[in-house]
Amino acid sequence: MKALLLRDLRLAFRSGGGFGLGLAFFFLLSVLVPLGVGPEGGTLGRIAPGILWVGALLACLLSLDRIFALDHEDGSLDLLATAPIPLEAVVAVKALAHWLVTGLPLTLIAPGLAVFLNLPSGGYPWLVVSLVLGTPALSMIGAFGAALTVGLRRGGLLLSLLVLPLYVPTLIFGGEVVRRGAEGMALGTPLALLAAISLGAAALLPFAAASAIRVNLR
Amino acid sequence: MLKLDDLAVARGGVTVLRGLTLRVASGEALILRGPNGAGKTTLLRTLAGLQPPAGGAFDLSPDTVAYAAHADGLKSTLTVAENLEFWSRIYGGPGIHAALAALDLTALVRRRAGELSAGQKRRLGLARLLVTGRPVWLLDEPTVSLDVASVALFAAAVRAHLAHGGLAVIATHVDLGLPEAQVLDLEPHRARVIQNTGFDEAFA
Amino acid sequence: MSIWEYANPKKFMQTSAWALPWAVGLTVILLVVGLVWGFFFTPDDYKQGSTVKIIYLHVPAAMMAINAWIMMLVTSLIWIVRRHHVSALAAKAAAPVGLTFTLIALVTGALWGQPMWGTWWAWDPRLTSFLILTLFYFGYMALWAAIEDPDTAADLTSILCLVGSVFALLSRYAVNFWNQGLHQGASLSMDKQENVSDVFWLPLVVCIAGFILLFVTMVLVRTRTEIRARRLKALLARERVA
Repeated sequence: MKALLLRDLRLAFRSGGGFGLGLAFFFLLSVLVPLGVGPEGGTLGRIAPGILWVGALLACLLSLDRIFALDHEDGSLDLLATAPIPLEAVVAVKALAHWLVTGLPLTLIAPGLAVFLNLPSGGYPWLVVSLVLGTPALSMIGAFGAALTVGLRRGGLLLSLLVLPLYVPTLIFGGEVVRRGAEGMALGTPLALLAAISLGAAALLPFAAASAIRVNLR
Repeated sequence: MLKLDDLAVARGGVTVLRGLTLRVASGEALILRGPNGAGKTTLLRTLAGLQPPAGGAFDLSPDTVAYAAHADGLKSTLTVAENLEFWSRIYGGPGIHAALAALDLTALVRRRAGELSAGQKRRLGLARLLVTGRPVWLLDEPTVSLDVASVALFAAAVRAHLAHGGLAVIATHVDLGLPEAQVLDLEPHRARVIQNTGFDEAFA
Repeated sequence: MSIWEYANPKKFMQTSAWALPWAVGLTVILLVVGLVWGFFFTPDDYKQGSTVKIIYLHVPAAMMAINAWIMMLVTSLIWIVRRHHVSALAAKAAAPVGLTFTLIALVTGALWGQPMWGTWWAWDPRLTSFLILTLFYFGYMALWAAIEDPDTAADLTSILCLVGSVFALLSRYAVNFWNQGLHQGASLSMDKQENVSDVFWLPLVVCIAGFILLFVTMVLVRTRTEIRARRLKALLARERVA
């Protein structure tokens, strides 16, 4: 399993383009929103939590179809499915690799981009905390969506259509944590629920995703 | 040991082969013959556990199987050694050096898989079988794009595998020079009348 | 004789052919009675005037929007566990019907909301969760449409329906966080005090029964169509090969 994780990370860094694209998108979005909304700091500060979470979510969405599609094309997925690691573990490891190359970097640059959006200072720690807790759910749910569409030739748009509704609770709780943090309100409940979604997704979705892959390989 | 018992296999819900009954002992090879579309790949995928049989049964533990499909599953940005090392660690099998030597890849270890020729890629794909350490090989057209010398290398690898008590099921048109191998001609087993499995049948 | 006998396509076609005229007749009677009663023979609300009467479309449609998804969840589970093809096709057949009910609920809600709250749309928890439900219906139907092999499609959409149900429920609770609901509470509850009064209530119950039957009728018709389409495909495939 460690071998699989290392391979996926190595591929992500080598393949040129895939990695970093999400970050660039996140950056562009955070720059474009103030250009569209106008420079007024109060307005920007109020919408910053939502914009940052939506941006992170869309940036995550960009690279989802690569999770399984590349392995499907070159035949590795067939070989992995017959390998001694359970397919559930393959899914979990690939989702983890996806998080390490998208969710984690997004989390790390988010505070920098929050400056552009005039996020109130109380929001910064909670922005990072909410993304650390929430982006694993985005990767895991995305891996599930990618597993559903892995056999399809033009699955990209369908993948977004399937995954976006599933992202709703994560987005709501994530945005809520940052908003409450920025306004100095109590945020224990949404934070706990956000963590619960990530944990629940990590515990259960590998099984759903693995069965979807088995169906698709059949 | 591999046992097929009145096995039927289906592709896209349509039965393509049926009535396959045979046994292959350890140390033996089974060659599958049949025209395109006869169901060679479908049979191999069924044996590999990737799809359920349409009928009958076969006796083969999925933990003993190494499957080699049409596609080699190589990552073009990884080197030959990295590609092979990955599968070796996934299977916890023996190291990669013997496999590299057996298929004459030692000189190419630091090349990226994307820079290899079609035949070299194929050899790398077959070297993967050696690092799995699995006793049953399921091979789908393994000699495609191999030259004569490489086919001989591959045949030698298969013979060595059989000599160590391994088993191989090979779909191929090329004579590998395995005189002891059983040959299964799939032609008589083809499901002539198209037969949809299960549900649609209820209406017809 | 067990209930699973009806999962046999032939048996299902026979039984549904017998049941369909009754279902259609009853649907028409209940809907005509309920809607005419509701629209023309109930008094205007002292606050809302005659706009209140849209309740006879809005509430039943909203209920059936959710019930249709629940029915899809149950039939998907039956497909996963027992692999009855009729069950999978019934789930497929129910999706566009459920989506239509959801859209009716949203549109009638907007028409009702405009004079009452002064806005067509508000990000109220109930409204938002119906919008999200619409997205789930779209995703589910898109997945059915995208996959060619019917068994693969049935498997994958069932998995999506299971996972989607969990997330739909989560979304429902997530939007409650905003705590700024304009929408009134449930129109029907066991607590008599909270209920709308009897004059409105009785025709509403008739309408709800009518909508339930309307749903059943449409799902029956659509499932029969799906089964026939499958049969046609099988026959064509056979002909091509022969």
